[in-house]
Amino acid sequence: MAKRIEASNVSSYYGSFKAIDSVSMTVEPKTITALIGPSGCGKSTFLRSVNRMHEVLPGARIEGSLTIDDQNIYDPDVDVTAVRRMIGMVFQRPNPFPTMSIYENAVAGLKLNGVKKKAILDEAAEKSLRSANLWDEVKDRLDRPGAGLSGGQQQRLCIARTIAVEPQVVLMDEPCSALDPISTLAIEDLMFKLKDRFTIIIVTHNMQQAARVSDKTGFFSIDKTGDPGRLIEYDDTQKIFSNPAQKKTEDYITGRFG
Amino acid sequence: MGDYPSRSVNSTAGDLSVTPRHAQGAGYGGSPSNFDEPPRGGGGALPKKARFSIEAGFRGLSTASGAMVLVIIVAIAVFLISKAVPALQANTGNFLTQFEWAPNDTQPSFGIAALAFGTVLSSIIALVVAVPIALSIALFLSHYAPKRLATPLGFVIDLLAAVPSVVFGLWGRDVFQEPVRDFSIWLNKYFSWIPLFGGDGPFGQSIMLGGLVLAIMVLPIVTSLSREVFQQTPGMNEEAALALGATRWEMVRTAVLPYGKPGVIAAVMLGLGRALGETIALALTLSVAFDISFNLIENGGNSVAANIANSFAEANDTGRGALIASGLVLFAITLVVNMTARAIIYRRREFRDAAA
Amino acid sequence: MSLLDREVPGVVMTPDNIRSRTLPVAVNLAIAAGAFAVAAAVVFGLAIGNWVLVVVLGAAFYLVGLNVVAGRIEGRRAARDRAMKSLIYAACVLAILPLASVVWTLVSKGIGRLDADFFNTSMNNIGARDPEGGAYHAIIGTLEQVGIATLMSVPLGVLGAIYLVEYGRGKFATTVRFFVDVMTGIPSIVAGLFILSFWVLIVSPWFNNGQPRFSGFAAALALAVLMLPTIVRSTEEMLRLVPGPLREGAYALGVPQWKTILSVVLPTALPGIVTGIMLAVARAAGETAPVLLVAGGAAAINFDPFGGNQQSLSLFVYQQAGDASRYAPDRAWTAALTLVALVLILTVAAKLLARRNKLSR
Repeated sequence: MAKRIEASNVSSYYGSFKAIDSVSMTVEPKTITALIGPSGCGKSTFLRSVNRMHEVLPGARIEGSLTIDDQNIYDPDVDVTAVRRMIGMVFQRPNPFPTMSIYENAVAGLKLNGVKKKAILDEAAEKSLRSANLWDEVKDRLDRPGAGLSGGQQQRLCIARTIAVEPQVVLMDEPCSALDPISTLAIEDLMFKLKDRFTIIIVTHNMQQAARVSDKTGFFSIDKTGDPGRLIEYDDTQKIFSNPAQKKTEDYITGRFG
Repeated sequence: MGDYPSRSVNSTAGDLSVTPRHAQGAGYGGSPSNFDEPPRGGGGALPKKARFSIEAGFRGLSTASGAMVLVIIVAIAVFLISKAVPALQANTGNFLTQFEWAPNDTQPSFGIAALAFGTVLSSIIALVVAVPIALSIALFLSHYAPKRLATPLGFVIDLLAAVPSVVFGLWGRDVFQEPVRDFSIWLNKYFSWIPLFGGDGPFGQSIMLGGLVLAIMVLPIVTSLSREVFQQTPGMNEEAALALGATRWEMVRTAVLPYGKPGVIAAVMLGLGRALGETIALALTLSVAFDISFNLIENGGNSVAANIANSFAEANDTGRGALIASGLVLFAITLVVNMTARAIIYRRREFRDAAA
Repeated sequence: MSLLDREVPGVVMTPDNIRSRTLPVAVNLAIAAGAFAVAAAVVFGLAIGNWVLVVVLGAAFYLVGLNVVAGRIEGRRAARDRAMKSLIYAACVLAILPLASVVWTLVSKGIGRLDADFFNTSMNNIGARDPEGGAYHAIIGTLEQVGIATLMSVPLGVLGAIYLVEYGRGKFATTVRFFVDVMTGIPSIVAGLFILSFWVLIVSPWFNNGQPRFSGFAAALALAVLMLPTIVRSTEEMLRLVPGPLREGAYALGVPQWKTILSVVLPTALPGIVTGIMLAVARAAGETAPVLLVAGGAAAINFDPFGGNQQSLSLFVYQQAGDASRYAPDRAWTAALTLVALVLILTVAAKLLARRNKLSR
């Protein structure tokens, strides 16, 4: 069910400010792609462009085309809510709904889509929580508030919530930056597991993480503040980290980035 | 203490009157002659803590000021009771159940039943009309309108909350009464089989007019309080809902409304408190009747507060005491309403702090 | 194919079903035209009302029709979204109508007596047939009463807030804070009754040969009771915004706490505190009920806040509104306009000051 994403010449704007400049890349199904780069280089903006979350901000728009299995998700007759269900997203900070229980959080997306049958919801909750490696930890307290879990558990709950609606693609925006090393490891394990079913794109500040989990890596950078971010290099992770083609990439991954 | 760390503090705090003497700390007796010369730490004994210091005095003064609030609340209850009791003793009727209000007679006889009923009914009408509209406007301002429109509109709503009630009362009596009368006649013509809209007239200066004027007055308050609550919804929860493919309304229903629920309840309770205690607007729009009737459109209606304003001028000693007794009831009702509202807000605050 | 997709088709999205149809504008307009036509036919055909009913019914038909048709074309969820959006917009329009009417009436009727005479004369010796008369005495009364109330409530309120923020710990402080909040909700008429029974009926006879006596000062007391919690609350909020390091910087220099509060914390929070005070003043200036109960109102000019009955602007509006003279409504509306202008100037100034405040949440 995972799909192939193709971005060609994607430029993204906030009002008159150009955040990224003509990014082109192809993401193969059932792979993990990591986007790395310094702060403000537009990697999160690009990620949010992939499921049209960036247009939540007033004045945000996009140029170029983004297709998923040859369907341009920016076509005028495309339903943006359908796009977001097809391309799920996990955020930097765990954000379970504070008023909902663990169970309600896990099936929140299904309830939004009008799924009411208890049997289906129960099964979906268990399935997604199991997929998120969380079931064993929470199965006895499904009715407890989701906000009462630890940070790492909350993040896995958010992943469960995302995959419960059975998306094709899962986007992760620095999912581990607010977590401790052990929780980070748990999420990374989870990513390997999810790779069998979903196409995953992850933004990360942590180069070791990118090297550990991803098949392909894209390096974004900016020349100076105020300039749009660009995709400098996009290749197999192993190549990027061992033998990058661009000098800028090499400077960044060896820590010589000024 | 070699250098002067106070310089940066000085510059940020404006006209800070930290004198060099303070900056040198304990034990240094002399006054410095030169800022560039680092002062030396003294070798003498540390100064003893003064028993009666300005510090203690200032602390006492502010504590007393804080306690003043409690004193006033207690004093309100004490003085109202002390003036109400003689009148209640002179009352030949039943204060709680009687409709009639005749405390100035030689055989004073008065009861609060009709007044309390009018107060509650007008407030209920006000809330039933105002709350859905106020919540809609609050949502519009916080989640639907573009910022360029929401900011000035929110400002206007805040201004309307500041307009004195006497102005709304005057408007209700001079302007709003007419459309309400027309509407009442229309309702009466086609819906008189519903007891709420029955009667033979005259219509207009009715509990419906009073309730609607109250609704218009309560609207800005509830709107601006709930807008604030809605705006505090964590952006990441809204994004979470949107990322699950929620439409805007579904986002509001999943993330905004549950999060804002306690705050909205509190805002409504505060609006209720305002409506229950409103005096002048009702004194100007209701036509006095001491009666319990569910008829909304016929002239009539009364409320505790409006009755105090209307009857005060002709009241004798017992009359005043009777009015104070009714005010005591109002005080108790609003106290309960407000304490409930505040308790909700306080619980919510703890909940929010725990979740953060 | 997953269980979910089998049981509830349309939930799982694939690239093939992300497209949806949108409602053409022409259809939208057609629904509107149809709705109003049906409404007009119903209303006039059955003779059950006039054009107002046509507009109301037409709008209702339009919303229902639009949502039924849009639901068919765009889907249930999009239709629900659209319905809620239209309801929210409709509520805004509905609320703006009366509020705009208040403003319009205030200006159009208030302008009638907006002359020099109105601000220079009192109601002394003005009979029912005299078109003259003004609110000079009422303006004096409002300014004096609110001024005295401010002088009493500001020091108390600011000190109380200092207690809550800087010194208050434990159960007592929590109790005080809770009752400050509760006190903001006390009806103004209750504050009036309190001062009536405490000051007018018990204290004032000591100074007036045993006779109770209305006075502007009593009104000021009642207004101060109403202003106090508002000032404590807003000042407390502002003091909490003063960054902790600023205080610690002063403590680290050996500055005693009271001096830190007075010379560092208060000046930093000052603009915000002034904003809160101005809003409290604006609210107090509009209060009618307590003034009615304890100042009594008067027709003549009385500069002495301790000497007998005094008028206030809001009470003037109320009394003129109840006056039988045919000239009274004009005076009431002009006084109302003056009062609103006074209150709004204070409020707007306070809000502008708040915007320039560097401390923000």
